[in-house]
Amino acid sequence: MILPALFFYLFAGVCVASAFMVIAAKNPVHSVLYLILAFVNASGLFVLMGAEFLAMILIVVYVGAVAVLFLFVVMMLDVDFAELRQGVLQYLPVGVLVGVVFLAELLLVAGAWVIAPGMPQAISAPTPSTMTNTEALGRVLYTQYVYYFQAAGLVLLVAMIGAIVLTLRHNPKAKRQNISDQVARTKETAMEVVQVKSGQGI
Amino acid sequence: MNAVPLSSMTQVLPEIVLAIGGMALLMFGAYRDRVDNAVCVLSVLLLAAAGVTVTIIPNGNVFGTSFILDDYARFLKILAYLGSAFAIVMSLNYQTLEKQRTFEYPILILLSTVGMGMLISAGDLIALYLGLELMSLALYVVAASNRDSLQSTEAGLKYFVLGALSSGMLLYGCSLIYGFTGNVSFNGIAKASSQGGLGLIFGLVFLFAGFCFKVSAVPFHMWTPDVYEGAPTPVTAFFAAAPKIAAMAIFARATISAFPGITHQWQQIVVFVSIASMALGAFAAIGQTNIKRLMAYSSIGHMGFALVGLAAGTPEGVQGVLVYMSIYLAMTVGTFAVILSMRRSEGMVEKISDLSGLSRSNPGLAFFLALLLFSLAGIPPLAGFFAKYYVFLGAMKAGLYGLAVIGVLASVVGAYYYLLIVKIMYFDEPAKDFNPVPGELKAVLGVAGLFNLLYFVYPAPLIGAAGIAAKSLF
Repeated sequence: MILPALFFYLFAGVCVASAFMVIAAKNPVHSVLYLILAFVNASGLFVLMGAEFLAMILIVVYVGAVAVLFLFVVMMLDVDFAELRQGVLQYLPVGVLVGVVFLAELLLVAGAWVIAPGMPQAISAPTPSTMTNTEALGRVLYTQYVYYFQAAGLVLLVAMIGAIVLTLRHNPKAKRQNISDQVARTKETAMEVVQVKSGQGI
Repeated sequence: MNAVPLSSMTQVLPEIVLAIGGMALLMFGAYRDRVDNAVCVLSVLLLAAAGVTVTIIPNGNVFGTSFILDDYARFLKILAYLGSAFAIVMSLNYQTLEKQRTFEYPILILLSTVGMGMLISAGDLIALYLGLELMSLALYVVAASNRDSLQSTEAGLKYFVLGALSSGMLLYGCSLIYGFTGNVSFNGIAKASSQGGLGLIFGLVFLFAGFCFKVSAVPFHMWTPDVYEGAPTPVTAFFAAAPKIAAMAIFARATISAFPGITHQWQQIVVFVSIASMALGAFAAIGQTNIKRLMAYSSIGHMGFALVGLAAGTPEGVQGVLVYMSIYLAMTVGTFAVILSMRRSEGMVEKISDLSGLSRSNPGLAFFLALLLFSLAGIPPLAGFFAKYYVFLGAMKAGLYGLAVIGVLASVVGAYYYLLIVKIMYFDEPAKDFNPVPGELKAVLGVAGLFNLLYFVYPAPLIGAAGIAAKSLF
């Protein structure tokens, strides 16, 4: 099984490299493109783990919606990102040092951590082999987890109401197209035949 | 577990009533030409209906243990519904006069209340998070609801960013707890947590950070003064009451029912947070000139006092927390009714100095505010004294003498700034008169004031109900 291992290192390596380039790239548009590359590689890692639903969701939601939104914002707002981030990398050595210290501390502490005895079994309760990952998710989402599902729906409803409340402005002076009025026009209401005498205007 | 039959979902009925009612009102409001009080009145009626429902349905768990309806949940849900209903009633006049009326405001409060109900009843970490997010998301929106005011949008944005940060910490804590116990339900965590373990405590600390943010306890209180000051005053009145009750409810439920095995560890955190909140509430409020900011520090202090009861970790302590939150609700709602009455012809005023000489220009208002301030300071025989009495009693019985003594000292310091306002009202030269107080604010103020004044005559029902509710948690 050398092939999955090779792919793992490929995806993981590209993912980490492109994540680094997100903060290192000079041009913000390049940063967003590197972010997309990182997402795609992360979804590749999900496929390797057999979680193909998560992989597809990652592509659809993060690449399809979030990253494109970032691109729009970066291109439409006239923010001088290059100036904002000037000197970000000059703090890199300090950041690396703090990161290494934190990692060492975590490793030291983690040596003493105890994982509850039921935990390994809980993790290794994989998808039944008779159905796909997506089907297995669908089976529990609307039955066992219907409460969470509905609650998440309510959260999204509140988000939508909030966006509308905070941004929609009714402008009474705006001239809007009234489709039904337009469609209801007939020849009689729309046209008037005027006899113009020669040499005179209307 | 298989699909849940509809007939077994009676316990969720209050949430269903509020959610479906809220969505129906959304349609009603959107297709209506005029914007008036109709949606507000209907929202209050919905809250009343949910309150009646929650009192008559039997106890039980739904969706496994995701949703628990016990006496504890019932007691706190009624409090939260009361807080939301008062907030809607108190906004009626303000929104008309400030020309900020939007029909979405009461609907957002309703949906936030659904979140509070889910939070109070949450029996596992996922339900907890979803309830918390539903409640908070609506709060962020209403904080920024006066979108033309720089202060209000700043308050909304600040609350949103810091709230997202606290959600992140809470989720990190939840993931650690799940990782080390293999369980998301509180019962399962309780079984696994009896062995303790460093990883679990690590997760517990992050979980508590999220809770402390929501109840605005030190050291996660920084957002409170700015948000209270910037948000429109009826929104502040709402923030100070119902969401605090729901957050305190889940704080106590998660702590007591999920971590009984490591009581000693979480007790240390709660004791620290409680002392820090009481001290900050007492000292930082002294220099304030804006009454909404002052109320923010006051609420930080009061959360500290309520946490004294939780630190005890006994049924008496939790009973103290419940009594405290009920009386806190009455005191806060009443005080904000007065703050909403501080209106001159040129608009709302919120400086403490604007209250000077109120006893001569409006003796009734001054009397009620003085009454509420004495109660907030905890002076007998007003209700605020008994609130503190029960939490300190709980702490003493659990052997936390030091905590109780520090609490009493903090309440003495806190009394200074409450009494300072009374002095300004009664002994300073009168400022310009306020406009006449609208009827609904008078009614709210009357109910809250009389509750605080006459509570000591017949305290048994509240104490009894709180006692039963607290026992159901253990």
